[in-house]
Amino acid sequence: MSILEVANIKKKFGKTEVLKGISFTLEQGEILSIIGSSGSGKTTLLRCLTFLERADEGIISVNGKTIFDSHAAGKPTVAEQRKAQLTFGLVFQNFNLFPQYNVLENVTLAGKLLAKERPDYRKNKKEILKQIEEEAVELIARVGLSEKLIYYPCELSGGQQQRVAIARALALNPGILCFDEPTSALDPELTGEVLSVMKSLASQNMTMIIVTHEMAFARDISTKAIFMDQGVIAEMGAPSELFDSPKSERLRAFLSSY
Amino acid sequence: MSFAQVTAELVNGFETTVLIFVITLVCAVPLGLLITFGSMSKIKPIRWLVRTFVWIIRGTPLMLQVIIVFYGPGLVFEIPMTNRLLAVLIAFIINYAAYFSEIYRGGIASVPKGQYEAGQVLGMTKRQVFFRIILKQVIKRIIPPMSNEIITLVKDTSLARVVAVLELVKSAEDIVAGYGLIWPLFYVGAFYLLFCGILTILFGKIEKKLDYYKG
Repeated sequence: MSILEVANIKKKFGKTEVLKGISFTLEQGEILSIIGSSGSGKTTLLRCLTFLERADEGIISVNGKTIFDSHAAGKPTVAEQRKAQLTFGLVFQNFNLFPQYNVLENVTLAGKLLAKERPDYRKNKKEILKQIEEEAVELIARVGLSEKLIYYPCELSGGQQQRVAIARALALNPGILCFDEPTSALDPELTGEVLSVMKSLASQNMTMIIVTHEMAFARDISTKAIFMDQGVIAEMGAPSELFDSPKSERLRAFLSSY
Repeated sequence: MSFAQVTAELVNGFETTVLIFVITLVCAVPLGLLITFGSMSKIKPIRWLVRTFVWIIRGTPLMLQVIIVFYGPGLVFEIPMTNRLLAVLIAFIINYAAYFSEIYRGGIASVPKGQYEAGQVLGMTKRQVFFRIILKQVIKRIIPPMSNEIITLVKDTSLARVVAVLELVKSAEDIVAGYGLIWPLFYVGAFYLLFCGILTILFGKIEKKLDYYKG
């Protein structure tokens, strides 16, 4: 069973049709990179998957369970939507760390708030919070920032901030981790450290969807690649096929600009 | 009239000034937030109503509002307002809440959308996003305009004298009229300066306290 099944996603902004029916599947542990020029709909697709936008049409299923269906009667409740949202982690292009919280607090905040909804929260409050912190400290170590636990985002470099953002997304144990151009806001010197964290996640069998302009990286890391053009999937396949022998003229032209 | 006597009279008036200032501030700060939610409401009629209200309050002089609150009930409903200070407080609280609400609105609008989205994808409720993430950033952003407005409030309290509330300026005026002295008017200025000086230092401290992060 596929971990993610996306069927016929469509999205319009006003009169502009940004997504014109996107379908694909993803297996556990697969790494999908989505490439394409600006305005091709990559980011909108990611935003529909993570429920930051509501698709006009289509079905999204995770592990065989439908979490979004535009034709389903009635709107999903806020609780249902939140639950579906937690299936996905999202790393933003411009990090969006919470500036008033330090690194550790950024990583633990959401987990601590979610823990309050657990039935045994009152009874085991101390242990639960302690566990969340311990896990966060471990995650922060995994992205190589153990020395920065009590630093504020404004005291970190862009690359460090993005690594914190990755730890923050991982803290909620998402089934699928999405990246929206994670290195586009970084100096070339700083992209390396973020990419290497992503590589280490890949080696740990994390299922990931990566929207990126780092072609060499995408080719290297992914198990599947999608080339989007004007709201449709123009080409999909193994990265070796896509990058080395593009079928369409459009993709060839796109790749040659890198 | 000796310096000591004048001082005693002015301190008396100053107490009323401080009272108007404190009560207005304490009530208008939360009321303003309520008005902000109204003016940012997704329900159009509410938004329209609240914004019209803010337009009227900001578009007319506070002095006029004080006069209307004091004389209005008696003239329109034949229930005369007997408490002058209460009338002043009502007018001041509503007026300042309207101004504060616009400062809040600007502050809330200036927090990047990504902050809301980051909270949302982390499974936070709207309430949690507002109170845990947005609010503190808003507070940091609005401290300078709020301190400006609050310092204006200190001096606006002198408008209370239009309905004969014996605040600082009125006490001085009474001395000027009764004893033909002019210097108490300058002395009054020192009171305001001192008060605003203290507030300036206070707000500076708050700003510094929130300086530990940027953004």
